Formats: sequence, C-alpha cells, structure tokens
Amino acid sequence: MDDLYREIIIDRYKNPLYRGALDPHDISFEDDNPLCGDHIRIDLRLDGNGKVSEAAFDGHGCAISQATADLLLESIQGKSLDEIKAMTRDDLLEMLGIELGPVRLKCALLSLKVLKAGVYGLGEASDELVE
Amino acid sequence: MYYGVQKPPKPFVLHSGSRAQNRVLLNNPTQMNSQSSPRSFNVDRIREDFPILKREVRPGVPLVYLDSAATSQKPLHVIEEMDRYYRNTNANIHRGIHTLAEEATADYEKARESVARFIGAKSPRQVIFTRNATESINLVSNTWGRKNLNSGDVVILTEMEHHANLVPWQMLAAEKNLKLEFIPVTEDGFLDLSALPALLALEPKLVAFTHMSNVLGTINPAQEIIRQAKAAGAVTLLDGAQSVPHFSVNVQDLDVDFMVFSGHKMCGPTGIGVLYGRQDLLEKMPPFMGGGDMIKRVYLRTFTPNELPHKFEAGTPAIAEAVGLGAAVAYLENFDMEAIHAHEKKLVIYALDQLAEIPGVKVIGPTAEHKGGVIAFTLDNIHPHDISQILDEDGVAIRAGHHCAMPLHDKLKLVSTARASFYMYTTEAEIDILARAIYKTKKIFSI
Repeated sequence: MDDLYREIIIDRYKNPLYRGALDPHDISFEDDNPLCGDHIRIDLRLDGNGKVSEAAFDGHGCAISQATADLLLESIQGKSLDEIKAMTRDDLLEMLGIELGPVRLKCALLSLKVLKAGVYGLGEASDELVE
Repeated sequence: MYYGVQKPPKPFVLHSGSRAQNRVLLNNPTQMNSQSSPRSFNVDRIREDFPILKREVRPGVPLVYLDSAATSQKPLHVIEEMDRYYRNTNANIHRGIHTLAEEATADYEKARESVARFIGAKSPRQVIFTRNATESINLVSNTWGRKNLNSGDVVILTEMEHHANLVPWQMLAAEKNLKLEFIPVTEDGFLDLSALPALLALEPKLVAFTHMSNVLGTINPAQEIIRQAKAAGAVTLLDGAQSVPHFSVNVQDLDVDFMVFSGHKMCGPTGIGVLYGRQDLLEKMPPFMGGGDMIKRVYLRTFTPNELPHKFEAGTPAIAEAVGLGAAVAYLENFDMEAIHAHEKKLVIYALDQLAEIPGVKVIGPTAEHKGGVIAFTLDNIHPHDISQILDEDGVAIRAGHHCAMPLHDKLKLVSTARASFYMYTTEAEIDILARAIYKTKKIFSI
C-alpha cells in the first residue's frame, strides 16, 4: 500500500502541476475509463519544431489516474509527436515506479491512452494504444 | 510437465515479478506452463486424469463413455481449478479494486489469453466468451448478420449442419428475406464441393459451415472452402465445435472470419463458449446484449459501447466457467493435438473394423481416413433408442436420435441413428465392449 500510494502519487494528486486547460491548443482529446468512469482531457500546444511546448489535463478520477496524468504531461515536455507515439505501457509504469494489478492498471493507463489517441487523431482511446 | 494431479493451491501472487517486465501479473501459478514439452500420449495415464472414468454405472458395470461428441468428460485439473476459484478467489470482475476482484479479473482474462493462444488468434480481444457455440452463432447472426445482410442476400450453409448453424440463419432469413443455399452432401458423406463454384457465383454475403460433422464425422476441407468463399467476396464462419477439441485448429492458417466452439466438448465446463472474430469485423458490429460491462459510458437515453471484447460480454459472465475453460486448454496443451487426433483415428479404424463384422450394422459417413472420432450407425431396423437402452445395461453410453441434424438425416433418408464418439481417453477395450453389446442387442431382438 505504501508502494501504491507513494508520496509522489499523493502529492501530484493533491497538487497537480499540469491541471488546467489550453485554449487555443493544437491537440485536444478526452475519454473515459469505462470500468470506473474516470475521465481525462488533455490539451497540447506545439512549438515551431512540432514539439510539445505546453500541456494541460483536466478530469476526474482516482489518485492513480489523476496523478499519472500529471506525471505523464511533465514527462512529455519538449517531446515530438513521434516520441509520444512510441511511448509504451512499460515507459509509463517505469515512470510511476509502482506495481499495479489489472484493474488499477486501467486507471494508470487512461491518460496515456487519451494522449496517444489525441496525437494519432483517433476517435477513441483504445486499449491497443498502450499494449 | 503435467500439473493436473492434486497439488496444494498456491496463493495468488499479485505483487511480484521484475519491473522490466510487464507489470500485469496475469499468470495463475496453479496453471501449467504451455511452453513445456508435450506429454507423451498414454491413454491409461490419461484416463487417470478423469475421475468419472472410474465410475461404475451400476455395481460391477464400469462406465464406457462413448458420447464425447455431445460433451466430453472433465479432467481433475479443470474440476480443481474451478473449485480453487470458488474456494479462494470468487469475486465479480472488472470493477473491483479489492484483492479478490483483482485476482478474479486476472483469472478470467488469463483464460481468454489461453484460448487465444490455443486457436492461434492474433489478440485475446478477438476472443469473446459466450455460453456455447450456439450462442456464438446467434451473436453473429444478430449483430453482424442483422447489420450487413439485406433482402435478397444469399447465405450459403451445408446440408450437414448442426441445427445451431441452421436455425439462427433461418430466423434471420425470415426477418430479412434472405436466400439460404446449401452445399449438398454426397451419399458417402462428403460435402459436394463440385457444387461450390455455382453457389459462389450467387455472390453470397456469408458462407457458414461445420469443420467436422457431428454425425458423419466428416472433416471438411475448411481452408479450401474458406479460400474460395473469400475469393468470392463472402464472409466466412466456421463451426469448430467438433474440431477444436480434437485436432489443431489455427484461425490464422485457416484465414477464417468467425469461428465458434464450446468449452464443454473440450474438457471444459458447460456454460462457456467462444466466438473468435476478425478484429475489424468485430469492431464494426453493433453490441449483442445490453447491460453492464459492455458499455463505455451510459446516459439516460443513450450509451457508447465498450471496447472489444467487453462490447459483447454484457452482465456478469461465467467467471468460474472461463477459469475452467482456461484450465481445459492448459490440460490439452500438455499434449500434441495431433497425437490426440492420431489416437482417435486409430480408434475409428479399429471400431469400423469391429462394426463391419457385425451383420446388420450400417455405418453412416465416409471412410476412416476422412473422419474424426464419430461413428453414426444403424442396426437392422432396431430403433436407435432401443440400441442405446440395451447398450446402457452394459454401461455403454452412446447417443441416439437425430443429433441436432434433422435435415442431414432427411437427406440420408434416415429417421435417426445411433452414435458412438471418442476422445483422448477412449480405449480399444471400450470399443470391444460396444461391439459385444451390439451383438447382445441383436440377440434380444432375435435378428
């Protein structure tokens, strides 16, 4: 339990650095986790080289889903869209540094699914994006 | 290595494993490793795995179970895994956060992965759990069929289909004014493939057929029929209820669009079946039943459906049964499926030789080389119900009737047949008992 709710998760859940909205934005996408109704919207702005200059998320859900979104947006600052497309589930879990069972994994993966669906310009954030 | 023998249940370990690896720990430690080398095929040892085969039907009369085409018996591993699930894990899946819910979810999804691997599916999300093969076909007819088939469209079936692959299409045909056409069956029990080009020239939207007849035992050239059907632009559906349990069936090699089969004919429990589908087709299909788990978001007046495979699994599914099917797959994976097939082939040759010596026995269907472990026969003019009743006195379990294939019996001008069917645990000694019991039947009827 200490592991699952390690300090950084609680901290970012309570005090997110990237919560908000970007208007205008270059990319925006939102979707739900059907298992528990968690919701995430992510807005991105890109610089002249097509790299992420600003990112923001909004939504509601458990500490895992919301803190992960915050940490994810921090990690993509300055990254190209191709680099984001190449991000995997393992990259995200490495960043979180916690072990998750199958149900909570869905919470953690929601923000990466939403981010990648937005970057790919897809209509839906499917599980396939993070396998 | 075989793990089906009694072992103390190990606790489910959720938080272990290397960080570098996938963190979703779906491995059930009590299940066996599919990577291990195949167990050698020894029917006496296999019989030890099936507790029911030790049963006497009545005192002094051992069971001779020759009805595996109806349902197979269950190895101890399957019985124990379902028992373990209910004793140790039982919880509802997919929305719980507590340990039991996590473990139950992992067990259920692990079973899906096992089935996907067993049939060579690219992805577990192409494996939809249903109640049985029948429900799987009804799922396709109600969703894909209702969406894509329109008045005047042609659907091709065969004359040797089980009712499960006839009636759903008849129901849809009545609703949508479809034309049903049939690949004929020859007198010696084969599909008459010379008729196929003319049928395909009708530009059918669907060609749905059985991989192996549950009456004739005929193994149809599925790959060739699918190739021709797809070249003609048809979607293909294969009824694998009698094939998947008995020999190696790979959906990618077959290049089939839909395949259906039941868990209970392949060492698994009743109440669980499978629909395999091509992913792009499944994604475009509307949901089947509505309810929990099949939704992504629900509003008061509308909903958005969930992703595959959950889109087609409304409500609490048969979780323990899925665990049982996963255990059945793990059990079968101990063996080379071709060794099971070879064993059954040997039994068919032996049985056909034995039956050929009994005057009045007429076997329906092709010769042994084209046949799986199913032998339907008639005995003089004795009704199959009477044959079955007399055989039962000697503990011999066979099936009697039309075996859910009335049109095939009509075609062959038979009212009903007696059917003996074999599996991996069937022995030549049991076929000897069958032959003796058939002689006894003749004697009772003084023929």
